[in-house]
Amino acid sequence: MKKIITSVFAALLFATPVMAQNVSVEITNLTNGIYYTPLLMATHPESTHLFQSGTTASANLQAMAEGGDTTGLISDLAAISADISDNPAGGLLAPGMSASATFPKGGKNTHLSIVAMLLPTNDGFVGLDALKIPNAKGVYTYFLNGYDAGTEANNEVINGGGAPGTLGIPADPGGNSGTGGTGITTSENNMTVHIHRGVLGDNDLNGGASDLSSTVHRWLNPVAKMVITVN
Amino acid sequence: MKKHTGLIMTALLLSTLFLQGCGEDHNGAGASNRSYEVTVVNLTNNQPFSPVATVMHSAAYQIITLGGTASIGLERLAESGDNSVLISDANALPAVSHTASGTGVIPPAAQETVTLTGSGTLLTLASMLVNSNDAFIAVNAIELGNLAKNETMTVSARAYDAGTEGNSEAASDVPGPAAGGEGFNSARNNRNFVTVHPGIISMDDGLAGSALDESHRFDNPVAKIIIKRIS
Repeated sequence: MKKIITSVFAALLFATPVMAQNVSVEITNLTNGIYYTPLLMATHPESTHLFQSGTTASANLQAMAEGGDTTGLISDLAAISADISDNPAGGLLAPGMSASATFPKGGKNTHLSIVAMLLPTNDGFVGLDALKIPNAKGVYTYFLNGYDAGTEANNEVINGGGAPGTLGIPADPGGNSGTGGTGITTSENNMTVHIHRGVLGDNDLNGGASDLSSTVHRWLNPVAKMVITVN
Repeated sequence: MKKHTGLIMTALLLSTLFLQGCGEDHNGAGASNRSYEVTVVNLTNNQPFSPVATVMHSAAYQIITLGGTASIGLERLAESGDNSVLISDANALPAVSHTASGTGVIPPAAQETVTLTGSGTLLTLASMLVNSNDAFIAVNAIELGNLAKNETMTVSARAYDAGTEGNSEAASDVPGPAAGGEGFNSARNNRNFVTVHPGIISMDDGLAGSALDESHRFDNPVAKIIIKRIS
C-alpha cells in the first residue's frame, strides 16, 4: 500500500507542471441578432497580425470578412507555426452562445488573435489583434469590437454574395431578414479596416433600402466578451 | 497671507519668463523632461477629425469633465474644429508643460503623429468629428509616467458630445464637408454638460432635416491612439 501511494505522489509531482502550462480562451457573442461564422483563434509571435485597424485588409482577411472563409488566414498562421484553433464553436456561434479553445503556454506564441465574420453583414467581423497574453495565472476579462474590413460597400442586401468582391450578404442564419431591399449604399468611404458603424436596417420585410431589420440586427460595441484563463 | 501673495507673484513672474523664453514649452529642456510621440488613427467611416489638440500636463489641469460644462475653448473645438483657444488657454497654466497641434485634418483611415516634450505625466487630447454638431474625440488625462523609454501603448478613444449645441444634424449647423454650415456660435446653446455622444441618426434613419447620411454614423471607439515614449 505504501508503495502505491508513493507512486501516485510521484506521478502528481511530474504531471502538475505540464498541466499548468496552458491558456484557455472563451468567447461569448453579445449581439442581439448577429451570428459569428466559424471562429479562428490563434496564438502567435508579437509581430503577427491577422489585421490592423487603419491599414488595408489582406486578401485572406477579406475572404473571412465577406464570406466567413478562414482557410487563407489558417494557411498564413500555419506558415509561422502559430497554435491554431479552427472553428472551436463547431459551426456558427449564435447570439448569447459561447465557445472555448485551449492553447499551450510558453514558447514563441505569446500573443492572441481572433476573427469571425458577423453574419448578416457585408464585411463586418469581430476581431482581436495580437493581444499580449498575461503571464501570471488568473482570469482576465476583455471586450471585443466589431470591425469593418473596408473591402465592400455596406449595401445590406442579402443575395448570397459571400465571395470576395461580390457585393451582398450571404445569408441571415437567424431568419429575421427581409427581401427586396434596394441597397443602402454602393460605396465605402474608409477602405481600411476600421470600427464598424453598425448596420442601419429598416422595418420593411418586403422592400425598403435594407434587407436587415433595424429592430433585430443592430448592435453597439462591444460585440463579444472574452475571458482568458491562464493556468 | 502677504507672504503667500508674494510667493505667488514670484512664481507667476518666473513662469512668465519661462513662457517668453520657451514658447509653448513651459519647462524648457530640463533633465526630467520626457518626449512622447502621439499618433492618432481615424477609425471612422466618414468623420474627418479636425486638427488635434494635445496637452501634456499635471493633475491640476482638466479640460474635459464628464457631466461638467465645456469651456469656451472646448466648445470652439467641438463646434468648429478650431483648437487655438483650448491650446492658448492651456499654455497660460503652470500645470501644463507642453501643447501641440496637429498640422491638419485627419481624414478617415489616415493618421498623424505629434511630439510632446516636458515634465508632465498626463496626456489630454481632443479633436472634432467635423460632420457633426459638437462631437469630439478625447483622451482624458491618461497616465504617461509608466512608459519605459521606447515602450509603446495603444489606447482607444471614444466620441463625446460637448453639450453646447443641439444635435440637429442640419446643413446650417454642421461645419464639415458633408454640410458646410456654421461652426462656433457661443449664443447657440444646449444642455451645457459633456456626455458620451449618442451617435449620428442621419437622414437615412429618418431624421427630418438631417444633412448627414448613413455613412456618417459611427460606433466607439472612433480612434486608435498610439503613444511611444522616445526619451
